[in-house]
Amino acid sequence: MTYHHTIKGKAYGFDDLKTLLAKASPFRTGDALAGLCAESYEERVAAQMVLADVPLKNFLNEVIIPYEEDEITRLIIDSHDANAFTPVDHLTVGELRDWLLSDDTNAAVLKSIEAGLTPEMVAAVSKLMGNQDLIAAAKKIEVVTRFRNTIGLKGHFSTRLQPNHPTDDPKGIAASIIEGLLYASGDAVIGINPATDSPAGVMQLLRMIDTLRQQFEIPIQSCVLSHITTTLELINKNADAPVDLCFQSIGGTEQTNTSFGINLALIEEAYQATLSLNRGTIGNNVMYFETGQGSALSANAHHGVDQQTCEVRAYAIARKFNPMLVNTVVGFIGPEYLYDGKQIIRAALEDHFCGKLLGLPMGVDVCYTNHAEADQDDMDNLLTLLGVAGCNFIMGIPGSDDIMLNYQSTSFHDALYLRKVLDLKPAPEFEQWLIKQGIMDEKGSLTSKNQAGLLSHFGGLWIK
Amino acid sequence: MDKITKGQPKSEDPLNLLKEFTAARIAIGRAGTSIPIKQALEFKLAHAHARDAVYSVLDTEGILNNLTRFNLPGLLLHSKANSRAQYLQRPDLGRKLNEESAEQLRANSGNYDVVIIIADGLSATAVNENSGGLLKCLIPLLLDARLKIAPVCLVEQGRVALGDELAYLLNARLAIMLIGERPGLSSADSIGAYLTYNPKPGLTDESRNCISNIRPHGLKYKAAAGKIFYLVQEAFRLKLSGVGLKDNQGLLGR
Repeated sequence: MTYHHTIKGKAYGFDDLKTLLAKASPFRTGDALAGLCAESYEERVAAQMVLADVPLKNFLNEVIIPYEEDEITRLIIDSHDANAFTPVDHLTVGELRDWLLSDDTNAAVLKSIEAGLTPEMVAAVSKLMGNQDLIAAAKKIEVVTRFRNTIGLKGHFSTRLQPNHPTDDPKGIAASIIEGLLYASGDAVIGINPATDSPAGVMQLLRMIDTLRQQFEIPIQSCVLSHITTTLELINKNADAPVDLCFQSIGGTEQTNTSFGINLALIEEAYQATLSLNRGTIGNNVMYFETGQGSALSANAHHGVDQQTCEVRAYAIARKFNPMLVNTVVGFIGPEYLYDGKQIIRAALEDHFCGKLLGLPMGVDVCYTNHAEADQDDMDNLLTLLGVAGCNFIMGIPGSDDIMLNYQSTSFHDALYLRKVLDLKPAPEFEQWLIKQGIMDEKGSLTSKNQAGLLSHFGGLWIK
Repeated sequence: MDKITKGQPKSEDPLNLLKEFTAARIAIGRAGTSIPIKQALEFKLAHAHARDAVYSVLDTEGILNNLTRFNLPGLLLHSKANSRAQYLQRPDLGRKLNEESAEQLRANSGNYDVVIIIADGLSATAVNENSGGLLKCLIPLLLDARLKIAPVCLVEQGRVALGDELAYLLNARLAIMLIGERPGLSSADSIGAYLTYNPKPGLTDESRNCISNIRPHGLKYKAAAGKIFYLVQEAFRLKLSGVGLKDNQGLLGR
């Protein structure tokens, strides 16, 4: 189906829905690199005007990647819930935007239509929304998940403690973990990106964190972010493997996932295997997914679909597996996809909003590389905006500097700042533990007086 | 009002003893919830070095001066990326030679064994400072092995894959690309060396071998030259490079 709009006598035509979505996208370098973006400011707004008038029903009849060619499309179409869609099935994309922002549309209403929305509808509406809209709408939504603690409650804000080390040295990693815990970081997960994907190495790190957790009765979960096949192998070979959360990076097209060495059946197998360990105490959300705009283009697997729409399609996979955490690693991919602070900030707010609207426990890796036109000030801005938007978690990295992955993310200090200025608390179970240990007081301030004592407690056991 | 009490000096941070186990920025203390000013400025300086490296410019004269002792001529070439801003946004253009450069290479085509290519990549600083020291160790090894070396090619706004097209046009059997790596906070001057046997346009990563982190405080010149030369010999012996060319002597292990 073709779409048309005329502005001051100039006619704009868009061949199909995927072209319309791409041309309506706020500018980012990745879409320019792929040759998909609007050619002028006017064409972009023309596309947005056309998109605003597209009925949501069209998205069910016109898929952007053929059903026969792509298992993500099949997942999206086959899992669509027509009943949940009913309340909004008469709306256009533009009407959906106004409805999302209206005073009467609250968390419960949004939850009830969640399964009726497809990723493409959600991507489409986000393209018509300003940063303010993306924050205001996301703020309404509460996505709560549980394993050994509760993440995502309103008024709470969590962190993934990311204690990476260039050679996976357990002592080096332990040093960063101890520091992070003493900075009240790690309630979302203690998550290590391993430098190498060796099963034995992964197992050693998992056992170390698990022993630490048990010894100090810390209500948290851990994860080593190895390839899903490595985690699956560990579980299959060791009935007592201390795998709390199973990790995988995912993308929004079948071909992207092929380049990652995964497919839906494999994720399902790993999901069932992880569930079978039955390690969660208060909940059973066992998956941890990471995403990021640009991965489909990077894998040369985008099918002419813009990078933001590809990103939201990945969320269809995530929601199938009831994840504990979904993290969009927004600024890691580099300036050829997201050029500067402005593009990174916009992309992060889009991802957070779109994920939340689809029912996902969204966190954001607020980050940049040294060849992007961004710096700490941009990250301070984004961090604050995400806090206001109700983001579930960010990363906690010593001094913002990941010495293994060589990029800058958020520090332990950043999370303390955000909790303080927005009056947010850690996950309730973790908060109680922090108070009991004398790391934090009842008001949420860090108490430095007990640090030395605690350190000898932790450090003496774990380092020396 | 009484005089305020100054913040706690860093040396008294009780977490200091953790520092010996990792280079991560731990035990940096805090001012309220913020990073103390000394540590915040140290971080800023590291980022400033990385940013300056990204925007540094190839010192063609200096690099060629380092080569005069070997009597090797040099060629000055340019990719299709016209500016640093375009280079950062369009990696595809950085992988292709501009027309003028392609012409220059055709005019210099010969039956060469090896071509050494020096490109700015994401840090011209890296090759400006370290290519001379590395080549002083590497070129004698190549000459002793009686390899015929093509004119040394200096490429502005270049990416790794450009080397394959370049070597193909020169008719060289093996390409050695020395390129500035993406600067990190701990180092902004690392060279990456990429080797391709039988280079031609359109090859991808799996056809190349890479040795990274070449700099005085990383993999030192002499050791790096030794590893590169080992790969050169193996590539000629096995007539391949990339994933099929393994490090059988443990020379490349980290």
